[in-house]
Amino acid sequence: MPMKDPLARRWRKGGPGELRRPDDGADLSLLEDALQGLPRNEMSVIPALQRAQEVYGYLPESVLAQIADELRVPWARVYGVATFYAQFHLKPRGRHIVLVCRGTACHVGGASEILGALEERLGIREGETTPDLMFTLETVACLGACALAPVIVVGGRYYGHLDEAKTLAVIDMYTDGNAAPEVQP
Amino acid sequence: MTGVTRIRSSKDLARLRGTAQEARRRYRKRVTICNGTGCRACGGLDVTAAFRSELARKGLTDVVQVMPTGCQGYCQRGPIVVVDPPGVFYQRVTAEDVPTVVASTLEADEVVEKLLYTDPLTGEHVPLEKDIRFYAGQQRIVFALNGEIEPSSIDDYIGMGGYEALAKALEDMSPEQIIQEVTDAGLRGRGGAGFPTGVKWRFVREAATFPKYVICNGDEGDPGAFMDRSLLEATPHSVLEGMLIAGYAMGASEAYIYVRAEYPLAIEHVGKALADASTLGLLGEDILGTGLSFHVHIKEGAGAFVCGEETALITSIEGRRGTPRPRPPFPAQSGLFGKPTNINNVETFANVPPIILNGAAWYAGMGTEKSKGTKIFSLTGKVQNNGLVEVPMGTTLRQVIFEIGGGMHEGRDFKAAQMGGPSGGCVPAKHLDLPIDYESLQSIGAIMGSGGLVVMDDRTCMVDVARFFLAFTMSESCGKCVPCRIGTKQMHDTLDGFTRGEGSVDDLTQLEALAQNVKRGSLCGLGQTAPNPVLSTIMHFREEYEAHIVEKRCPAGVCKALLSFRIDSEKCVGCMACAKVCPVNAITGEKKQPHTIDPTLCIKCGQCFEKCKFDAVLRG
Ligand SMILES: Cc1cc2nc3c(=O)[nH]c(=O)nc-3n(C[C@H](O)[C@H](O)[C@H](O)COP(=O)(O)O)c2cc1C
Ligand code: FES
Repeated sequence: MPMKDPLARRWRKGGPGELRRPDDGADLSLLEDALQGLPRNEMSVIPALQRAQEVYGYLPESVLAQIADELRVPWARVYGVATFYAQFHLKPRGRHIVLVCRGTACHVGGASEILGALEERLGIREGETTPDLMFTLETVACLGACALAPVIVVGGRYYGHLDEAKTLAVIDMYTDGNAAPEVQP
Repeated sequence: MTGVTRIRSSKDLARLRGTAQEARRRYRKRVTICNGTGCRACGGLDVTAAFRSELARKGLTDVVQVMPTGCQGYCQRGPIVVVDPPGVFYQRVTAEDVPTVVASTLEADEVVEKLLYTDPLTGEHVPLEKDIRFYAGQQRIVFALNGEIEPSSIDDYIGMGGYEALAKALEDMSPEQIIQEVTDAGLRGRGGAGFPTGVKWRFVREAATFPKYVICNGDEGDPGAFMDRSLLEATPHSVLEGMLIAGYAMGASEAYIYVRAEYPLAIEHVGKALADASTLGLLGEDILGTGLSFHVHIKEGAGAFVCGEETALITSIEGRRGTPRPRPPFPAQSGLFGKPTNINNVETFANVPPIILNGAAWYAGMGTEKSKGTKIFSLTGKVQNNGLVEVPMGTTLRQVIFEIGGGMHEGRDFKAAQMGGPSGGCVPAKHLDLPIDYESLQSIGAIMGSGGLVVMDDRTCMVDVARFFLAFTMSESCGKCVPCRIGTKQMHDTLDGFTRGEGSVDDLTQLEALAQNVKRGSLCGLGQTAPNPVLSTIMHFREEYEAHIVEKRCPAGVCKALLSFRIDSEKCVGCMACAKVCPVNAITGEKKQPHTIDPTLCIKCGQCFEKCKFDAVLRG
């Protein structure tokens, strides 16, 4: 990446971009396509992170540094944004993302019990990933599917009107087949 | 899109409307299948595919129109299918039911009994959509088109009179007239604060700096609310049309729609709407040949409740951490990139086209003295009918919950309705007959908010509810100002203690004082309103707090640490059902003999309580 902007070079030399770029094995060449068409300015930080996360599944540190360079934005700003928003993840995540809605309707409908059952079954706490990188368990403030409460989403598919037993049945389908099951429980 | 490639005038628009209506009339029957997020979750896409293939197999594709719609607001009953004419309503339809519906209803005009909705109050089948209590009590103005059009089809929207309001505004009205019309209509912001929309538009119009921006707030972070999701999914063009009219009225030519990333389908439909409107020339340069130019960009939120706050949202669009800043200056003076900016909620914008088309007097004819028009509530919780309910302002909670909502779930007792989410409060039974408007709710410690309405029964613990909301605001506090960052944590910890039987009456007094201070001292609406759930539950349910603190008892039976279970030996018939479900084998007893629970083993899961058919398990 040729650097014409003198400011950009200074950030780079000044440290973070260059110094803090660990070799975390991320293939930075993938980033070029991902950032295609984004204006090189601060406004693009959030869309750039969103696209990068699509590509890598999470945001490796080297990718953050590269985005800072590409968009000519200080590395600290990029890091600050990546840690502010719940959507961004700085650690690798599992193959299946299990999202438990904790909205009001789901709470009143027993979301805590469902989360507890999932934590027990998967052996991880909310926010963690199983060691085999199969499942990541997360919660979300509200999915806006309140009429189906309580709701979980696994790999983008919604499962509603759940209780503990039905929830575990959903997880079993993903554990056994590894693929998104076609039928609803 | 057919026919006209670019709409250059209102005549072109009228021609396109004619063509679209013509296309609609070609079919004898129409099957609408809800393809909203809720109905998709229950197999709506499979049902749609099944209709397509079954109709193709029978050679009926020219006679029957298949129309996948956006969310119709009755997600609980999904997937929803409506056959027109005559408007037969089917619920919880599966792909396997489709051949029967085609053979009976479409070919032989007979209803399929088992798919009909059963009225929970009368126990009778209700064949027609218009007769269903949930819909019959509503007045759908903003939602008028939800079940009528395919969200991704601009032709459908235009065929139903879409963009007519825009044409009227651009050709017959001056920007001042539009602002006057919106002001006279009495439209107030639907995003929470209820600020008069026309007044806000005037501020921006009168600002002398250019460019000006219009922002549509679709962050909808309030847990328990989903009306904005439904609108963006089902009728994205109506929101866009409202924004266009606003842009013209204020002299703004750039706009942003901020949609939260948790709503992928809404983002997809808004994206399609923007692309189609641009192709037809309803966005871009020289709109309808009037020289107006207007560009709309879509911005995906990245998961932060505070970004719904207007100054935080603006910071977020600028690409930074979404933290709020003090006002003034208000966005109308210095907003996005320091320029005059108007920011309105999704539902607010969707109200604009009907106002322009039908006039301020018509709109102001609905509602109460200070709150005009309709409001959409998302009715959820322990009520029979869950879903989106659009009613005129001034409707009572009783009407919403007991008529449209069909009453309480499982016939339990109404305890309270939580309104306005984490910024709001709860409304106890004694206020059920209060006409709902901005002022009346405020007077009893609740707020209209964005319209979240969660119904709670006698098995809901109000201390737990307050703790739930504080857990939410605590984790969503952006951390910029101290009262909010530390105050929400302190309030949460105190409440958490109460649910475990810790704390004293002094703590309750301190909690109230702290709540007042956080309200006064916080930087933005998040902190200023975070104490509301605490204050309103204390105001209406103080005795429940005292039961936790003084008697170490949770009257609703929710707070596990305060529960104990035992078996009433008089009532127990020894059926052994409870012993079988007990996960820790804490229940013992011979068959046909009264059982007992060993309190040292009991983990208070409550399964025996749920299971017992004889009310012999006592919880307290
Ligand atoms: C913490 C917080 C969250 C908010 N979230 C939203 C939201 O999700 N959607 C919304 O329209 N307004 C939200 N608001 C209100 C906005 O700040 C703003 O008042 C509103 O978008 C103005 O539009 P209106 O006048 O059409 O209501 C929020 C306010 C606060 C303090
Ligand atoms: S998604 Fe079908 S009614 Fe809401």
